[in-house]
Amino acid sequence: MDKFDSVTAIALASIVMAVFCMAFGAITPALGEAKAIVQALSAIAQQPDEAATISRTLLIGLAMLESIAIYCFVIAIVLIFANPFWNYIILKHGA
Amino acid sequence: MHLTPDQIVLAQWGFVRISATLVCTWLLMALMTVSACLLTRRLAGPDQPRSRWQNAAEVVVETIRGQIRTVCGAKADTYLAFIGSLFLFITCSSVLEIVPGWHAPTASLSTTAALAISVGVAVPVFGVLSQGLAEYFRHYLRPTFIMLPLHLLSETSRNLALAIRLFGNIMSEALVVGMLVSIAPFFFPVPMQMLALLTGVIQAYVFAVLATVYIAAAVQRGEE
Repeated sequence: MDKFDSVTAIALASIVMAVFCMAFGAITPALGEAKAIVQALSAIAQQPDEAATISRTLLIGLAMLESIAIYCFVIAIVLIFANPFWNYIILKHGA
Repeated sequence: MHLTPDQIVLAQWGFVRISATLVCTWLLMALMTVSACLLTRRLAGPDQPRSRWQNAAEVVVETIRGQIRTVCGAKADTYLAFIGSLFLFITCSSVLEIVPGWHAPTASLSTTAALAISVGVAVPVFGVLSQGLAEYFRHYLRPTFIMLPLHLLSETSRNLALAIRLFGNIMSEALVVGMLVSIAPFFFPVPMQMLALLTGVIQAYVFAVLATVYIAAAVQRGEE
């Protein structure tokens, strides 16, 4: 009974936290990226000659912002597929 | 389901483990080396007619050189070999995803960490080559010596970000395609795989551009 409880609790916490991590980790970088794209588009509209420089800088910036979402994604994946706490508990109780 | 090609073990003797990452990396290296050797075996001079393969190779090299030149000015040829190899390796490993049975080696954190470490070594090497040992390492103490841990932290975290960004993008695409194959295997994996090709090339570009920006920052710091 004890083993069942701890495994279930860890599974529940991992899944819920993975969902929260992915949700907030997707919302905030999306808002930031939208802001960056809007600024870059209006800058290109005002100065079409600088489009190459602006779009390159925009791409680098988007990659930087995107990596925040990717970190959240990696953490969510680790929580679900390769959870270290889970492995520890299962090993300890010899499931 | 396999998260990374590291988990696909093809053979194992004791602690020596041959995983799909290792096999695919060596296959890709062999493919790129052999094709580069075949391409450059008979290069035509400036006035002779060129073969179509040489033309294609020149287009690729000239494009990469132009992109590097927009970031760091006239000295693009110094970094062309390093940045170009990084870009072509990552691009080929993602684009070969269309071959059945291929596992992109960049979907493993070990490969991307190795690529990021090579960038992390190349940045101080190019910096020292351009400004000398003392002058390069003095920038860690600017504006005051209190900034030293922050400089070190920023360099570590940006290399970590380089590795995790590439790994996360490539691995997530492979994972999504794998999930779609198990849920709706008839049509839906195909558009996702096309998106994965696009993402793979964009991530290769981003990785190469970020490496160029880091090198350019280290080199141009001395010229200001």
